[in-house]
Amino acid sequence: MTSPGAPGPTAPASLPPRGLAGLDAGFSRLVRAPETPLTAVPEHGAGRAGAGSSAGPVRTWHVLDNGGRLDELGREPVGTVLCVHGNPTWSYLWRRLVAVATEAAAAGRPAWRVVAVDQLEMGFSERTGAHRPLARRVRDLGDLTDALGLAGPVVTLGHDWGGVVSLGWAVDHPDVLAGVAVLNTAVHQPAGTPVPAPLRLALRRGVLASSTRRTTAFLDTTLALAHPPLDPAVKAGYRAPYRSAGRRGGIEGFVADIPADAAHPSAAELDRVAAGVRALDVPALVLWGAKDPVFRDRYLDDLQARLPHADVHRFETAGHLVAEDVDHATAVLDWLDDRFGEHDAGGAYRAGAGGATLGADADTHGRHAAPGHVEDAPADVAAHAAPGVDRPAHPDGVADDDPRPGRPAHVGPGHVEDVPAGHPAHAAGGTAGEWGDRHPLWYRLESLAGSAETALVELAPSAGPAPRVVSWRLLARRVREIAAGLDALGVRRGDRVSLVVPPGADLTAVLYACLRIGAVVVVADAGLGVRGLTRAVRGARPDVVIGAAPGLSAARALGWPGRRISVAPLAPALARALGVEHTLADVAELGARREPPAPPGPDDTAAVLFTSGSTGPAKGVVYTHAQLAAACRALATRYDLGPGTGLVAGFAPFALLAPGLGARTAIPAMDVTSPRTLTAAAVADAAAAVDATVLFLSPAALANVVATADGLTAEQHAGLGSVRTFLSAGAPVPVELLARAAELLPHATPHTPYGMTECLVVTDITLDEIRDAAGAPGPDVPGGVCVGRPAAGAVVRISALDDDGAATGTPSTEPDVTGEIVVSAPHLKQGYDRLHLTDRASTLGTATSSGSDTGPRAGTGTGTAPGPGPGPERWHRTGDVGHLDAEGRLWVEGRLAHVVVTADGVVTPVGVEQRVDGVPGVARSALVGVGPRGAAVLVAVVETGPAARRPGLAAPDLAAAVRAAAGRPLAAVLVVPRMPTDVRHNSKIDRTRLAAWAEGVLAGRRARRP
Amino acid sequence: MKVLVTGASGLLGRAVADALHAAGHDVRTFQRRPSGLAHAQDVLGSVTVPAEVDRAVAGVDAVVHLAAKVSLAGDPAQFHEVNVRGTGNVLAALARHGVERLVHVSSPSVAHTGASIVGDGALPADPARARGDYARTKAEAEVLALAADRPGLRVVAVRPHLVWGPGDTQLVARLAERARAGRLPLLDAGTVLVDTTYVDNAASAMVAALGRLDAPDGAVRGQAYVVTNGEPRPIAEMLGGICTAMGAPAPSRHVPAALARAAGSLVEAVWRVRPGTDEPPMTRFLAEQLSTAHWFDQRRTRADLQWAPAVTLDEGLRRLRAASGTPAG
Repeated sequence: MTSPGAPGPTAPASLPPRGLAGLDAGFSRLVRAPETPLTAVPEHGAGRAGAGSSAGPVRTWHVLDNGGRLDELGREPVGTVLCVHGNPTWSYLWRRLVAVATEAAAAGRPAWRVVAVDQLEMGFSERTGAHRPLARRVRDLGDLTDALGLAGPVVTLGHDWGGVVSLGWAVDHPDVLAGVAVLNTAVHQPAGTPVPAPLRLALRRGVLASSTRRTTAFLDTTLALAHPPLDPAVKAGYRAPYRSAGRRGGIEGFVADIPADAAHPSAAELDRVAAGVRALDVPALVLWGAKDPVFRDRYLDDLQARLPHADVHRFETAGHLVAEDVDHATAVLDWLDDRFGEHDAGGAYRAGAGGATLGADADTHGRHAAPGHVEDAPADVAAHAAPGVDRPAHPDGVADDDPRPGRPAHVGPGHVEDVPAGHPAHAAGGTAGEWGDRHPLWYRLESLAGSAETALVELAPSAGPAPRVVSWRLLARRVREIAAGLDALGVRRGDRVSLVVPPGADLTAVLYACLRIGAVVVVADAGLGVRGLTRAVRGARPDVVIGAAPGLSAARALGWPGRRISVAPLAPALARALGVEHTLADVAELGARREPPAPPGPDDTAAVLFTSGSTGPAKGVVYTHAQLAAACRALATRYDLGPGTGLVAGFAPFALLAPGLGARTAIPAMDVTSPRTLTAAAVADAAAAVDATVLFLSPAALANVVATADGLTAEQHAGLGSVRTFLSAGAPVPVELLARAAELLPHATPHTPYGMTECLVVTDITLDEIRDAAGAPGPDVPGGVCVGRPAAGAVVRISALDDDGAATGTPSTEPDVTGEIVVSAPHLKQGYDRLHLTDRASTLGTATSSGSDTGPRAGTGTGTAPGPGPGPERWHRTGDVGHLDAEGRLWVEGRLAHVVVTADGVVTPVGVEQRVDGVPGVARSALVGVGPRGAAVLVAVVETGPAARRPGLAAPDLAAAVRAAAGRPLAAVLVVPRMPTDVRHNSKIDRTRLAAWAEGVLAGRRARRP
Repeated sequence: MKVLVTGASGLLGRAVADALHAAGHDVRTFQRRPSGLAHAQDVLGSVTVPAEVDRAVAGVDAVVHLAAKVSLAGDPAQFHEVNVRGTGNVLAALARHGVERLVHVSSPSVAHTGASIVGDGALPADPARARGDYARTKAEAEVLALAADRPGLRVVAVRPHLVWGPGDTQLVARLAERARAGRLPLLDAGTVLVDTTYVDNAASAMVAALGRLDAPDGAVRGQAYVVTNGEPRPIAEMLGGICTAMGAPAPSRHVPAALARAAGSLVEAVWRVRPGTDEPPMTRFLAEQLSTAHWFDQRRTRADLQWAPAVTLDEGLRRLRAASGTPAG
């Protein structure tokens, strides 16, 4: 029995066997490096190789190194990426990065030397027989880089405990350090929290040696963490250096070196590294697999707090072996190019050369995606938060926990050097930017603080039978009190507050209070479903959850992070059970005699809104205060909302922004979990309550309102007569529905804006304009849905599709060119939360690009477009495809991800679907592609009326009629009883799923329902 | 130039001879029975007899080699004799006479391992994994033919998929006959996508391939190309279209594919032991053909051969209907 620390077997280093999957043996080399004793004072900097006075034993390392290959290519490296694997992997982890970096250099992109080491005792490096605690390993790496004569600039890249070692090296070599990158790792074990359970188990006496060294259990377990599972050949590659117990001593040593508590010998070194990381100001990249049972999200939170400027991408479906689960090599290289492109003195390099394309990740933005909102949250059965309910305040007790003054504000996708001086990236904790002549969101509330006029009416408050009427004076006071109260509880600027509160006075007050103190509001849509909501809230890592009992129950049951505040008083037992620390009344009470803190600046982060997830995984969309204020202004100018006007809104973003405009809001009586239950009478009563001039309903709600219009009294009809502007959006709105709504609202102009969570209003069209446009398309035009002209300061460009269906064209306004819709607006989002790659894809080839502006995808073409507002232009690739017509109207032709690339060219779905929808017997249709991209064939899938009993081939007559109408050759016409649609709207057809289904059926799989 | 067409008695061979003639070539044909083509010079004989092959090849500039044993079942030795040895005899004769061009007519089945083909290109012929005696021997023959490409002999392989058209006594006539007899089942739901080739398109592709053999770029030399209409259809729709055009009822009876495969294997085994004169009702090969998708990426074919099908599926069906005398509608 040996124990860690006792001498183990020794063995020399060797080259890996030939033929390991994906590993080019030509990159392997052995390097001899003298070991310097830990007692010697480290000297930093390049060129000290051989300068060490105290020569220890010479160690032999195995490394992957493309330096020789770059020499052969005649390419001078712009820098070196120093890659350090963790436990129990080896440099094999980085095989793709070495290969891809070399290919990129050969293709003329900046040449990065990649040196991937096998740590001593690991991989094919020497087995020294000695236990190597963390400090020793950090020094070992320095000894190696000295022997290599590694000069700067160096970017470190580490995974697992190799992340710690690489960051230790980074901290010790500031003069050559250019950047740091990590995959799932941790540099700090928060006091009082146990190490992750899987490691606790491995560390147990008796388990350690048997799991790590004597058997391959630890190795096997780690290799099983890949999503999807590793190819057996790759698994064999990882196992190659660890075939005998004698070669696995390093695995045991690594596990034993985990500082499980402060008394551990390596705890001090870990603390030193952790502190050093906080001081790093070089560019940083974090690629994170969220499904890691060991390195959970809290370690990402910790890293992000230490490196607030880091580019972070959290892969929701990747795990511990994120290097295997995702294409880390491309992500790292693109990031290097974006951040260090200027190192290439030759200047030959252009960002994105080598064919960066918008891949699946670009399918990230919802067409007509309604902004995340909470109106669908579970009904608040217990809420009755009448102001002034007396409960003892708790001024102490929680405010001491992790104040985190430098809580990372989101860093936008602009160039690092473009970040405004007042940006949080530079001024953590300070107020970012100046408001100038713009007004913050709470401006109207404060200016109306003395008004006894009505601000808000809840027609059916959960607390009682009578409508709840809130004056501006009361609302302003509540906002002030809650703001000061949250501040007193230690909620700081940049802290994230997740709101799971149904629409109403409470939500409005909490929202504006959070905005006022600079807390970042996280709003996720209940329409994401419980799982989606949980993923969204976990990913957004709230510090505080404010909710009604149902929301808090869900938070409790699903293990959401964050402190809990209830909007309503709860019985003590229930409060304890839900982990609720305070009620909203407590918070207001606490703040009653205090002043709110200094307000945030316009460039501070204001909100994270989660997309609906109906068009892909939910993503957090980040807005600054200036951008939210701009959204407010956009609504005000476009729809005549402002002081003295009244709004009825069954659509959260509009309802929430209205008080910021000084407009009266009425919340109709409805089951917030089901907008389809809203009746015409409820809408009419709400309209009458605030003398509404603007009415906003989701298409689902609108359908029921129209259906229940017969029951309206004459009085209710009269109430609707005040409405001048009627809006419906969130999903495509059938024109017939809009027309029937218009009959109910004799004095209103029906509009349907086109937008998405990332940009609430892009274009707008009225019913009359829709009717005008309907006559326009001839048989040759690509068709699509006309969504009108750019509105509210938005600018629209089209990035033309190339033959491969990729949106590579320079964004332009040329008419009748089909491409990705690219938008800019003052109210455009800042970026995505922890989705660096999505950010990158959504701005690639635009003036907002985080890559070089001189990229070939779009060049500086956007320079021809005047910026829509003050400050640098920010652009966003919507993921929608369409075209502009000669009159400047935008036509949406579908999603970029649903474009079908046939041998005869690129086909967008909506135009064909519109023609097929006109065939008698077809209720709705979807056009999908089957077969490989570039040679795909078109298949129409139709839902019939009456519905088919089972899925399968369309009857010959129907197939013939659909083929004749389609205008494009169809390989097959399939019928389904019911289209697969998104959870939330039941209107967006899940074409990705449908295409996979169709491909299966047409290849002989059983035609089960899609 | 003077072009020899082997196997010109079948639907495709005759069409190729006609197309070559229309393109201005002198056509000689080689098969056991007279071709009946007015414009062609017939040389009668069998590809299995080297001396007869030699006589046919002498004096031509190019050969389009179609002659093959095409059948769903039968004596494995016969398949080998005609398809493999016969191709070897042609190659030997080409060498002896210094003939410089060969268009070898093959089949997509040479690369079909039984799984669905969904927009694939022309994968390499694989005798070891091809299904059934026909496909295996055709795969061997294609490998032999393409390997013979060298300075002095330019070879291209063309693999037309499911050729049909008016006057077809093989596929079309048999389908119609079975449909009339109620013996044409659809396997599973009949949804698999299958691409087919109207006979004139297959013929024009051969002519195009022959022309491209002389191109200085040499792009097609030693290459195999799958040729189809590029209009895949669900098999039920395709069979229905052909049957209807032939005045036969469209198939409507569904049989589970797995059952058909099992039955096909059994029948195949019996037929091998006691070959009859008629084709077996179902073979495993046929069951797989009818229950798996077969459609191909035609981009490389069309680009390299500088060819595109001139007759659409719908036009082909109209011509079939007209030729069979079935009233329209």
